[in-house]
Amino acid sequence: MTDMINATINGVPVEVAPGTTILDAARKAHVKIPTLCKHPDLEATGACGICIVKVNNTGKMLRSCCTPIDDGMDILTETPEIVEVRRGVLELTLSRHPNECLTCLRNQNCELQALAADFGMTGSELPSVVPDLPLDTSTRSIVLDPRKCVLCGRCITVCQQHQNVWALSFLNRGFKTRIAAAGDIPLADSPCVRCGQCSAHCPTGAIVEYDETVDVWNRLQDPDAYCVVQIAPAVRVAVGEAFGFPMGANLTGKIYASLRRMGFKAVFDTNFGADLTIIEEAAEFKSRLLEGTGALPLITSCCPGWVDFMEKFHGDMIDHFSSCKSPHEMVGVLSKTYYAEKMGIDPARIFVVSVMPCTAKKSEIIRSKEMSSSGYQDVDVSLTTREFARMIKQSGIDFVGIPEEQPDHMLGAYTGAGTIFGATGGVMEAALRTAHYYVTGEDAPRVDFEMTRGLKGVKEGKLTVAGKEIRVAVAHGLANVEQVLEKVRTAREAGEELPYHFIEVMACAGGCVGGGGQPYGATNELRTKRAAGLYQEDQAGLWRCSHHNPYIKELYADFLGDIGSHKAHDLLHTGYQVLPEYKR
Amino acid sequence: MSEDSVVEDIESEVEEAPEDEIIVLAQKWKRKRGSLIMALHELQGRLGYVPRESAMKLGREMGVPLANIYEVLTFYNYFKLESPGKYIISVCTGTACHIKGSPKLLHGIEDELGIKEGESTPDGEYHLQGVRCLGCCGLAPLASVNGKVYGKQDVTNAHGLLEQVGHDQPMHVAAEAADAE
Repeated sequence: MTDMINATINGVPVEVAPGTTILDAARKAHVKIPTLCKHPDLEATGACGICIVKVNNTGKMLRSCCTPIDDGMDILTETPEIVEVRRGVLELTLSRHPNECLTCLRNQNCELQALAADFGMTGSELPSVVPDLPLDTSTRSIVLDPRKCVLCGRCITVCQQHQNVWALSFLNRGFKTRIAAAGDIPLADSPCVRCGQCSAHCPTGAIVEYDETVDVWNRLQDPDAYCVVQIAPAVRVAVGEAFGFPMGANLTGKIYASLRRMGFKAVFDTNFGADLTIIEEAAEFKSRLLEGTGALPLITSCCPGWVDFMEKFHGDMIDHFSSCKSPHEMVGVLSKTYYAEKMGIDPARIFVVSVMPCTAKKSEIIRSKEMSSSGYQDVDVSLTTREFARMIKQSGIDFVGIPEEQPDHMLGAYTGAGTIFGATGGVMEAALRTAHYYVTGEDAPRVDFEMTRGLKGVKEGKLTVAGKEIRVAVAHGLANVEQVLEKVRTAREAGEELPYHFIEVMACAGGCVGGGGQPYGATNELRTKRAAGLYQEDQAGLWRCSHHNPYIKELYADFLGDIGSHKAHDLLHTGYQVLPEYKR
Repeated sequence: MSEDSVVEDIESEVEEAPEDEIIVLAQKWKRKRGSLIMALHELQGRLGYVPRESAMKLGREMGVPLANIYEVLTFYNYFKLESPGKYIISVCTGTACHIKGSPKLLHGIEDELGIKEGESTPDGEYHLQGVRCLGCCGLAPLASVNGKVYGKQDVTNAHGLLEQVGHDQPMHVAAEAADAE
């Protein structure tokens, strides 16, 4: 066993494992050291210098986030000298940050603002030297405002290392350093897949979602518009964070009620679309598995960041992709066909809003002509959870107290299989439940497939269905996809047996619960708790398999016909194409 | 083993590499860790700058994302993203040259060409830059043109230097003449 490190922090003795940073050791001693560039998800880079501490034995000032604590160290964190240095760093940082807090999307939710408040920063002697850099709204999903950037490098680490997209980088050096899309072009022309992890990790308003709340409010006021809405699985367990609810609290009923009060004429649930995706996708899997109608392994396609990534970087995998549209697109197209028909509403009047944990959904809704298969754009606006939380705050709704309501069941009733779509592995688990039924004609004796759950980057597992071994893989965080696809390629080239039959990929770590449009501050603890909120609902639900959803049965009986029918194909399926990494 | 012999070994391995220059370049450097900057150096050496298309192609061949390449290209002043001109005049502003009056030479050339340091003439003929030490202080004050060193210059006679280069006409005059044709 390795010897433990013994040191003191502000006189408090601590014992930690070797390699522990001073910052982490301080937490153990209940000492808070301020940080700015450090994020729990990411390796420390020591970029900002706010977390500086003094090693009393040597008199040296060190950055606590990236310095391992040593035996016998006597660390001081709060002497006037240290505070003065930190204030100096902060003053310099603020001198090149625009004073636009009141009109910034991060107002009251900004790490730099919080730090300035904690330090009691008032005026400054330093001249303001805010760089004159243009806004990049080219993706219409993510907005880059390099003037507000504090050069912490989080977005770059997450884009390059965690997502393997390499759309963002620093350019230039020293005072002229700035964040930019790779090769200094508009972000929309870069390899960016719009996952929004950059925005979710940004400490300030330098990278935010493309805000469309005003457009939605305008439509809600428009007497000619018939506004309907749907919420994604992961939204229900995250939006509460903006209102002081505990991590992972499932607030589905309050969300429905709030949406009705905002003026939406019908409140649907993307979980219904998730059930429908499973009905079509499990059928697709069964026919590829048993009848050889398409390439195996089948790869899930409900994550638009992943779809974009595949089209740009792994075009050789197109044949493996499920042709099923993502759940919110299915609810969108059915709102303007099935629902319109049943309710006798002109689909031209229907305005579909989807509330998603995701920035990439904003691009998905216009990604191809199949996203308008109702004859209109199937989803008109896709909002992130963060935008939705702001709308609740703007609407005067007492979100904490509002009584729970039910969705409009026609496109809103769902099973637990739909709910767990929001967590990594959930789509696979939901698909296996229904695929088992399709292959054997009966439900699996136990519908919990734990091998798909949890935050391990790549999860593998196998099960036997009707005497046939089915091997599956689940990857989340785009950098984890490579090894899974490489195994498939290697086996394919060598003519060996396939390593997997079915692969699920989600672009964001943790799946949609950790999505780029979710409330800030996601850590693995928070991702786990949000996912737990979904699995609890699944456990407690009446129906846990998508094929048990009576409203789905009604949809096929009344409108779509058979599973995989022409109509189902026209409305619920899509295609893919190889895209260049760079548009220029 | 010297750096040169390593390079030679690698070169001899890729004798049969495809014709395309960038592919050859990438083949030469791609297996050497941390060699991106060397490849970019060589690319700029051949073209005078690193065009975006070449950077993309080099990245593809070397397996290096464009984001990385641009981080390097924009970090170092040395690299150019745009064509600097046919004749790159580098006036040394290192300590020895500075003492010997190189700022005067630089200003003189600026006046002759009608451009400022770091700029190119509108016709793309000349690019003027100040550089740190060129490593031959014994020849101070000096300038280099396309790598060829012109030492012991008369700092009051920028025109003379341009004449040595072979183009005695100030460029804006030449440009006007070209326009007139």
